[in-house]
Amino acid sequence: MPIDILMPALSPTMEQGKLAKWLKAEGDKIKAGDIIAEIETDKATMEVEAVDEGVLAKILIADGTENVAVNTPIAVIAADGEDVSAAASGGAKAAPAPQAAEVPPPAEMPASPAPAAAASVPAQAKSYDASSEFPAGAEVVSMTVREALRDAMAEEMRRDADVFVMGEEVAEYQGAYKVTQGLLQEFGARRVIDTPITEHGFAGIGVGAALTGLRPIVEFMTFNFAMQAIDHIINSAAKTLYMSGGQMGCPIVFRGPNGAAARVGAQHSHDYAAWYSNVPGLKVVMPYSASDAKGLLKSAIRDPNPVIFLENEILYGRSFDVPKGDDFLIPIGKAKVVRPGSDVTIVSFGIGMTYALGAAEALAKEGIEAEVIDLRTIRPMDIETVIASVQKTNRCVAVEEGFPQSGVTAEIGMKIMEAAFDYLDAPVARVTGKDVPMPYAANLEKLALPNIGEVVAAAKAVCYRA
Amino acid sequence: MAIAARKTKAGAPAKAAGKAPAKSAPKGAAKALSNVPTFTKEEELHAYREMLLIRRFEEKAGQMYGMGLIGGFCHLYIGQEAVVIGMQMASKDGDQVITGYRDHGHMLACGMESRGVMAELTGRRGGYSHGKGGSMHMFSREKNFYGGHGIVGAQVSLGAGLGFANWYRQDGRVSMAYFGDGAANQGQVYESFNMAQLWKLPVVFVIENNRYAMGTSVNRASAQTDFSKRGVSFGIPGEQVDGMDVRAVREAASRAIEHARSGKGPYILEMQTYRYRGHSMSDPAKYRSKDEVQRMREEHDPIEQVRGRLTREHKLGEDEFKAIDAKVREIVNDAAEFATHDPEPDASELYTDILLEPAQA
Repeated sequence: MPIDILMPALSPTMEQGKLAKWLKAEGDKIKAGDIIAEIETDKATMEVEAVDEGVLAKILIADGTENVAVNTPIAVIAADGEDVSAAASGGAKAAPAPQAAEVPPPAEMPASPAPAAAASVPAQAKSYDASSEFPAGAEVVSMTVREALRDAMAEEMRRDADVFVMGEEVAEYQGAYKVTQGLLQEFGARRVIDTPITEHGFAGIGVGAALTGLRPIVEFMTFNFAMQAIDHIINSAAKTLYMSGGQMGCPIVFRGPNGAAARVGAQHSHDYAAWYSNVPGLKVVMPYSASDAKGLLKSAIRDPNPVIFLENEILYGRSFDVPKGDDFLIPIGKAKVVRPGSDVTIVSFGIGMTYALGAAEALAKEGIEAEVIDLRTIRPMDIETVIASVQKTNRCVAVEEGFPQSGVTAEIGMKIMEAAFDYLDAPVARVTGKDVPMPYAANLEKLALPNIGEVVAAAKAVCYRA
Repeated sequence: MAIAARKTKAGAPAKAAGKAPAKSAPKGAAKALSNVPTFTKEEELHAYREMLLIRRFEEKAGQMYGMGLIGGFCHLYIGQEAVVIGMQMASKDGDQVITGYRDHGHMLACGMESRGVMAELTGRRGGYSHGKGGSMHMFSREKNFYGGHGIVGAQVSLGAGLGFANWYRQDGRVSMAYFGDGAANQGQVYESFNMAQLWKLPVVFVIENNRYAMGTSVNRASAQTDFSKRGVSFGIPGEQVDGMDVRAVREAASRAIEHARSGKGPYILEMQTYRYRGHSMSDPAKYRSKDEVQRMREEHDPIEQVRGRLTREHKLGEDEFKAIDAKVREIVNDAAEFATHDPEPDASELYTDILLEPAQA
């Protein structure tokens, strides 16, 4: 039975390419593994290997033909002993092309409004432009992340009477980390509600209230305690819109400190970014700077969907420039290039940015210019801004404090492979928290967390620099 | 009388596990039994029609499940109809209802269309959730029905949250959170009781004690089988109600709802009821005897009780019953017909309704 050789795809996004050159001629004997042709796209050249044995009976697409669609038959192989001329004249049975076989043709891919990475990133990705986020001419003040979060809540509570905040110690105590300081005095006990220590219960009450259209801000003293409440976050908040056929939205913000603080042990140090980012129906935000904390929290409160807002205790006291004004919003789902560079892309989020930025400074001293991207939102992930950078630098290091397996950096690496494989000059590297419960001892805790040195080493490795 | 005997059993303190329960009826149960109110003819007719609709709808759902038209889980409400109908007869427009996975009866009682409910059971686009929810997940904002929840006990916290919203808005509404004797052992139930009473939230907790949490009888699962006492440590009043008698249900519901609406906080109603069918369609119900089920059906059926009173006290004739039955069957057959022929959701619906678009600021 003659076999068709089909035009292979170099990557899942490739739809067509150029048949650059035939390395075998009609009548040549072919063994499996022989290089028979070269194909090209605007990104790369690939050799086509034969998977079958026989004689090259007929070349269907000539050298130099442009725009050959993936899966088009390009040649016919007659098996040993078959009549070559008969095979050449047609009747070939299609055999899958070596690369294209696993990949469904684009027409069969579901039309997805969600960012199914490979499908949604164009050949030349466009970076989100964050330069106009600070309103032109706005007065800028220095404030801590803690103050920025408080101001965001206060402004949104003034703007919308349906917004309220509930959680442990948020009212009379003024917040376990003083993030809700002054809110009780301004808004009263009906809108700033101290709950008992009962995360599962008050998360459910918050979700129930949100289903009626109120806009709760549910504070967890730490996201470690939200494990008690995760059923309501996932099963009640994230899934109800879908399960109700779009009827019942859940405009709620779950916020609080997440990840390691300092020497608080394994049960108070877990970073949940990867957990929540796994779930359709949630948005997951993890800001680093005070301006992003403020602008993103305001967007989260106005968002009609459940938003997981992951803060960090160590960052609460750090100061950053924040523009004045009640209308300062940062869009959810947009990353920010915080430092331009041409040699390697370092992408991180939340407190991981401290390692990313520290490493970029150290690398600059050694002549390596790193482009640093703050993801800011984990879900939906602005992978296009990352891809645009990788298309420029061809190298990437992803950094997070969370665990390595199934982590956010694992996802970043996979998405880059799906959308920009041809641009990579080195495998994507990651720097993460170590794969251990957080230890208490000062030296061990330090070892368990990422550090600037590890990011520098990873960046040099992908740049093939010693 | 089996109900009374059961009440005695349920009300007995759990001091001698495994031994025969005390014979004397507890005070609460005696009170609930002695004050059975009367219904007008119109009320009896209303209750009869509404309960019959649920019964026939569920029977049809059972048949359609057997025909392979309904998939997955399907939990029927047959036998428990008086609970939700009696509660609804005492509630006002705007009051909210939320329940667990045995939810078809609650939806019909809230006024949701039988076509939309049945089409959701068959996973069709005309279903309340456009086929994306199924038997356990339907909602109607218009009818103030908040689901339809598959995680046992989750609806109790969510229902307290509906009550919280009423308290926050001070709009005079009451939320009714239904759950079973099984869910009553979940921790979040008590977290919710605590906050509901602490903040005096307008919510009525309706415990539908049908005696079996899936295959586990209450005696095997509950240290305190008098569920009306489950709020005692929070100071929440509770009472046991003959959940097979729609009049008793409405009477107790009126008291509970009035309590909640007037700002006094939550109220617990233990509805002593019984499901005739298995836990779900795949349950052969071997954990109880056929006699037990038969006795409940013959002596306490909620619909037959009303039918008997309509015959004896209101002189309703066979023709009038036949006319009601025919009308109910017509509604149910129409729903089944619709749910059988309505198309499945379009493939493009796979990726819709995951997130809402934010309004432009």
